[in-house]
Amino acid sequence: MTMHVSVTVNGETYDVSDVEPRMLLSDFLRDRLGLTGTHVGCEHGVCGACTVLVNGDSVRACLMLAVQANGAEIVTVEGLGSPDELNVLQAEFREHHGLQCGFCTPGMLMTGEDLLRKYPLATDDDIREGLSGNLCRCTGYQNIVAAIRSAAAKRTEKAS
Amino acid sequence: MSSDRRASPSDVVRPRNVGAPIKRTEDPRLLTGNGEYTADRKPDRPLHLAFLRSGQPHARIVRIDAAAARQAPGVVAVFTAEDIADDFKPVVPFSRMPNYYATPILPLASGKVRYVGEAVVAVIATSRYLAEDALDLIDVDYEPLGALARAELALADNAPLLHEAAGTNVLIAREFRKGDVTADLAAATVRVAGRFEMTRKAPLAMEPRSYAAEYDKRRDAITLYTSSNIPGIVRDAVSESLGLSGHCMRVVAPDVGGSFGSKGSLYPEELLICIAARKLRRSVKWTADRLEDVSSSSQAFAEIVDAEMGFDANGIATSLQADVIGDVGAYSIYPWTCGLEPVQVVSFLPGPYKIGSYRGAVRGVATCKPPTGPYRGVGRPISTFVAERLMDLGAAALGIDPLEIRRRNLVRAEEFPYRIASGIIWDKAGFIECLDAAAEAAGYDRLRKEQAEARKQGRLFGIGIASYAELTGIGSRIAVAPGMPINTGSETAKITIDSTGAITAAFGVASHGQGLETTLAQIVADDLGARFEDVRVIQGDSDEVPMSTGTYASRSAVLGGGAAKHASKILREKIKRVASHLLEANADDIEVTEGKAVVLGTDRAVSFKQIAKAVYSDMKTLPVEAREELSATYTYDPVNGTTAAATHIAAVEIDPATCFVRILKFVVAEDCGRIINPMIVDGQVHGGVAQGIGAALFEELIYDEDGQLLTASLVDYMIPSAPEVPVMDVVHVESESAVAGGFRGMGEGGTIGAPAAIANAIADALSPLGIGVSILPMTPERIFRLMEQAQIKRKADE
Repeated sequence: MTMHVSVTVNGETYDVSDVEPRMLLSDFLRDRLGLTGTHVGCEHGVCGACTVLVNGDSVRACLMLAVQANGAEIVTVEGLGSPDELNVLQAEFREHHGLQCGFCTPGMLMTGEDLLRKYPLATDDDIREGLSGNLCRCTGYQNIVAAIRSAAAKRTEKAS
Repeated sequence: MSSDRRASPSDVVRPRNVGAPIKRTEDPRLLTGNGEYTADRKPDRPLHLAFLRSGQPHARIVRIDAAAARQAPGVVAVFTAEDIADDFKPVVPFSRMPNYYATPILPLASGKVRYVGEAVVAVIATSRYLAEDALDLIDVDYEPLGALARAELALADNAPLLHEAAGTNVLIAREFRKGDVTADLAAATVRVAGRFEMTRKAPLAMEPRSYAAEYDKRRDAITLYTSSNIPGIVRDAVSESLGLSGHCMRVVAPDVGGSFGSKGSLYPEELLICIAARKLRRSVKWTADRLEDVSSSSQAFAEIVDAEMGFDANGIATSLQADVIGDVGAYSIYPWTCGLEPVQVVSFLPGPYKIGSYRGAVRGVATCKPPTGPYRGVGRPISTFVAERLMDLGAAALGIDPLEIRRRNLVRAEEFPYRIASGIIWDKAGFIECLDAAAEAAGYDRLRKEQAEARKQGRLFGIGIASYAELTGIGSRIAVAPGMPINTGSETAKITIDSTGAITAAFGVASHGQGLETTLAQIVADDLGARFEDVRVIQGDSDEVPMSTGTYASRSAVLGGGAAKHASKILREKIKRVASHLLEANADDIEVTEGKAVVLGTDRAVSFKQIAKAVYSDMKTLPVEAREELSATYTYDPVNGTTAAATHIAAVEIDPATCFVRILKFVVAEDCGRIINPMIVDGQVHGGVAQGIGAALFEELIYDEDGQLLTASLVDYMIPSAPEVPVMDVVHVESESAVAGGFRGMGEGGTIGAPAAIANAIADALSPLGIGVSILPMTPERIFRLMEQAQIKRKADE
């Protein structure tokens, strides 16, 4: 049995038939839509590399089936900025050296976007707590925290 | 090739990019989902590979029934060892070491299995889902041969043999000796000893291992895209094993999501996927899931060290002896061998200290576990843990402050080059300078006062110091792994200016997060006289240079950087010669800068674009003999290599109720020579220390008595997340090394110093309770048990 999935990803609508109900959203994004910016690090919901926004909330794409995303609006890392025009958070990651191998980075950015939209992030401990579901093996987190701190400060400047 | 030599004054170009925190070239693509990791490759109609892996630790394969799997939907082929027996030659991790047995590497288990997770059958299907479905249809009958779950058990007389042809489970044995350690220990004022252990650890890169063998049927050629940090070594080995000449076997490491050593050896799956692509004349992809990655990638540490150190009355360490048992797992890995990790423990045990006499013996013992292999620091995390614990025990016994006892024993500036008791020669580096800088940055005296206050309140507050030195950027005179036959002592740079004036610099090194596209471009820009943004760096591709090995052992800044400097200089001279024709000036009066050749003191200049046009396209401007191709290739060999050093200081507090360790302060003072990019250097230290924190507090691969891995998910194998890692303070003591550019390698150091510093801090915190630290990681459970035992002992004493 296969099903039809209709989703909006990064503002573009995709109608895909022949989707097996067991197909993970992460595999669907990567293999069916060709959006390989979403990375798969553990397939059991711990590492956070596959984090995407589904209807505005950060979700692990490896813990959701593609068919469950039918009708949803999804944002992946490809929907943030482009190499020529990084968005604020991406630019701060570059500025603060918040990435090394880059494998966890898409998930870090999507979680970071979610944190910046929803929480005041008054202290760096709040940022670290918010990142506790995203594993990075390269950076020791220090520069990721600095990047999100700086993006938060820019958000506050913009608001005031 | 050339040997070391210091730059003469005329070689010195004004540094502009080297030393600056230039933003990384890699970042725009990696931040926007435009990176290309191996799993992101999209070859034409690829097939997908899945492995049936052994659930048995040690068993004879009696029968494999794959008939049903062969008929399953989407399945194109099923391969067992028998099906591919004629398609390859085994790869043998040879070494000249005596007392070493090289276990051959096969793509699939043949005859018997030797660890849980070893690949037994390969299924190739039209999708990964269908390939994995078919695995369930395969029946394998095994005859159990008895698990060798621990090295001590494998050493027993009646233990079953893992490799019958070896005649023993001891795959490697070695001993280093200097002086009369027995006499010196007997004469020592104080002797301290212990049985120390670092448990088995996973390097755990966030990207699981991944391979894509892309088949070119026009030429019967394969391009293997691999998440490897040694694409050149893989190319040579697969080429030899499959009988494919190098131009039909290209190996590319595209964007690679970390390695830390786990992607730095040849893997059976790399052989198998190339065999499958060739047999089926189709492109084949495979990416490990996390269970496969944790249970089949090379692992780290797993050593027990019985060590003793003797001191004279002034706290000078006179003697050291150690017996090491390394649990090396089921196979010796290629090309490093199973000696890599345990032998380095005894090689580096004397560390940065002037210890008079030494005996270090090591045995690497085969067990039913995945092979141990390179992991960030190789041998030195545990040698540093042991030596630094002994230093602290000696300090305590003699009533000397831990900082002071190190100051008395470290090799001093005027004593370099210094040959330590195990034979390693330390090039001049800032050992004492790092110790002093770390103490100052940490506010050591103030911390001790804080500790005294905390202790009055009954709080468990501790301070730990660790100093170490490491060989980095190793040249051809020293084998990276003992007795290994392949040359890891040189690297090639090939720099070209094409007919459009664009600059391409190609290397054999293979970045997997270090930012080599940025740092190597910084060096080329300065030494060639180009603008940083105009230099494109290609690396990780075996087709780009004739021979290369890759990025490991903190070598790429020294070897790749040295090659970049020399090749840039040769090309700069060519540019000057062409420009002297075009500008009608003496070549000596021309300076190359910012992508232009300029006559000194004038505004007469030609751009690289104009120079390229004159050389390649315009047939009138230059005489034929002056049209030299604008390219330069140089293979650099630093011969001996260089030394990097650091001191780490940690302050911790232990919660007596939960036994959790909180790191209050972490300071690193390090000497990595001339810094190419301080932003990247800090990032390497942060990441290395975070892994060291994992080794000290959390990470442990636990195998039960039946050889089953109990910590095979990221829930059970816990690596540090953001809340567990403290803010780190990094201080640079920048003393230039003697190799080209003055660089020293530095990617591994964080992981070498941190476990020892934290172990000493925990021991210091627990010292009022009479508790020592001899095993890592110090999990809350271990601390709880030690505190409980101490309490029982106290009660018994009362």
